[in-house]
Amino acid sequence: MQSNAALEYDYSVAKLFTYTTILFGFLGMLIGTLIAAQLAWPELNYLIGEYGTFSRLRPMHTQIVIFGFTLSGVFATFYYVGQRVMKVSMAESPFLMFMGKLHFWLYFVGALAAVITLELGMTQSKEYAAFEWPIDVVIVLVWVIWGISVFGLIGIRREKSLYISMWYYIATFLGIAMLYLFNNMSIPTYFASGGIGSIFHSVSMYSGTNDALVQWWYGHNAVAFGFTVPIVAMVYYFLPKESGQAVYSYKLSLLSFWGLMFVYLWAGSHHLMWSTVPDWMQTMGSIFSIVLILPSWGSAINMLLTMKGEWNQLTENPLIKFMVLASTFYMLSTLEGPIQAIRSVNAIAHFTDWIPGHVHDGVLGWVVFMIMAGLFHMAPRMFKREIYSKKLMEAQFWLQTTAVVLYFTSMWIAGITQGMMWRAVDEYGNLMYSFIDTVAVLHPYYAIRALSGVLYLVGFLMFAYNMIKTMTSSRVLTEEPQFRSPMA
Amino acid sequence: MDIRNLQGYASFFMTIFLVVMLYGYIVHLYRSEKKGEKDYEKYGKIALDDEVTSKPIEGDSHTKNESEEHK
Repeated sequence: MQSNAALEYDYSVAKLFTYTTILFGFLGMLIGTLIAAQLAWPELNYLIGEYGTFSRLRPMHTQIVIFGFTLSGVFATFYYVGQRVMKVSMAESPFLMFMGKLHFWLYFVGALAAVITLELGMTQSKEYAAFEWPIDVVIVLVWVIWGISVFGLIGIRREKSLYISMWYYIATFLGIAMLYLFNNMSIPTYFASGGIGSIFHSVSMYSGTNDALVQWWYGHNAVAFGFTVPIVAMVYYFLPKESGQAVYSYKLSLLSFWGLMFVYLWAGSHHLMWSTVPDWMQTMGSIFSIVLILPSWGSAINMLLTMKGEWNQLTENPLIKFMVLASTFYMLSTLEGPIQAIRSVNAIAHFTDWIPGHVHDGVLGWVVFMIMAGLFHMAPRMFKREIYSKKLMEAQFWLQTTAVVLYFTSMWIAGITQGMMWRAVDEYGNLMYSFIDTVAVLHPYYAIRALSGVLYLVGFLMFAYNMIKTMTSSRVLTEEPQFRSPMA
Repeated sequence: MDIRNLQGYASFFMTIFLVVMLYGYIVHLYRSEKKGEKDYEKYGKIALDDEVTSKPIEGDSHTKNESEEHK
């Protein structure tokens, strides 16, 4: 081991992805806040002509937060956690270092092209899979390169056993690869129409119910393998490391992993309840969604029990607060989702604002909180400086927690009100309300949601400011902290 | 029997098969720990002791350590 005395982990790729996490996080949440406000005050649709309408911006919001913010966070944490749990430095392999940097730059160019084309209205009009085929090709290339990094690093590891986080990162890689390829099978309209269409604009190779099934198999599992699996990978590393407590039960983590892999892929058809897909498939989606509570809660409870006997850290360390709240929101949204997948509940919830309410208590409370906590933990180790401000972090925590609560409570009320009004009939069986009646009733809740967006965005700016100050002007650390991250 | 029925039955029996596999895995985990063949909980320490110079919890005969030692 003598030759390794001066060897250090190389965080250059992790740093690059950290920057894009902050950049795309801000952009995605800014657009999200704007479109939330547009729903409350429609005149905001006409600020910059066609480029600022809800229909143009909404796909941008979803794609940027999924493929920009979240994936950047996944890559940043992978290039950090992957090295550490396998006890191997990127600096040991010039090839992997090159692939890592190629991964970043190709990703960045692809992401910019994706943002620009969506803003220009170029889309294949599939939810969460809006990019036209040339961008899909770039995404596939980026993914293959990431795969080379993942398995390349595994190939030169010192730690024989793969830590549970690595299992989750591998599952992210394999899951998204399979989903993305199948759902984006499309054909340019030029070829489909015998030469009168466009070479860049494509339509799905599937049609009708088949298209819907593949789309929601993809859509739901994009949530699984983009918003759940890699975030679980993060919490399994960052919470134990920050708290100094080994994961409560490693066996439970393995069991939850296989449970999640087994169940999640079958639950997507709950998005198509009361539609034209086969009845048994709707039932299967509903049952698997309910069973999904078990592996989800298995991981979340494992995290909370990891803090057993160390709950004092919750009051002393705001980073622990972020992670414990993230785990709690994971429990909340993985209970709420299955409830919505019960047929009778779904009859009210489907197409209402309760659905975005559910999505956002998951993403704002769980995904974003966990990614921010991961980056906060990494910052003192990557930049060798202490975190700039603990007070700012505390303030950000409370501001964003308030924002999440305002978001999901307003959308719960709005969604259930909407669902009930749509179904209400008078004594002769006539519908009691027209669509615009519901819009009038929901206006205050839309305004509350827009406010919660502003609060969350301000919180994210506080995070960005704290990170930038940590990178540039915080106190320099002489040695790497072992567990708890130092903060001023 | 048409293709849709077949798909339904295939899905049902695959579910049963996977449930058996998953429960089998739980039994395997606990049994091998009880017999003393494996200590799964030690892997939790991988996250805590993760310096590049730390001794691996479980060294790999194919990895760098050994090849460096052979040099």
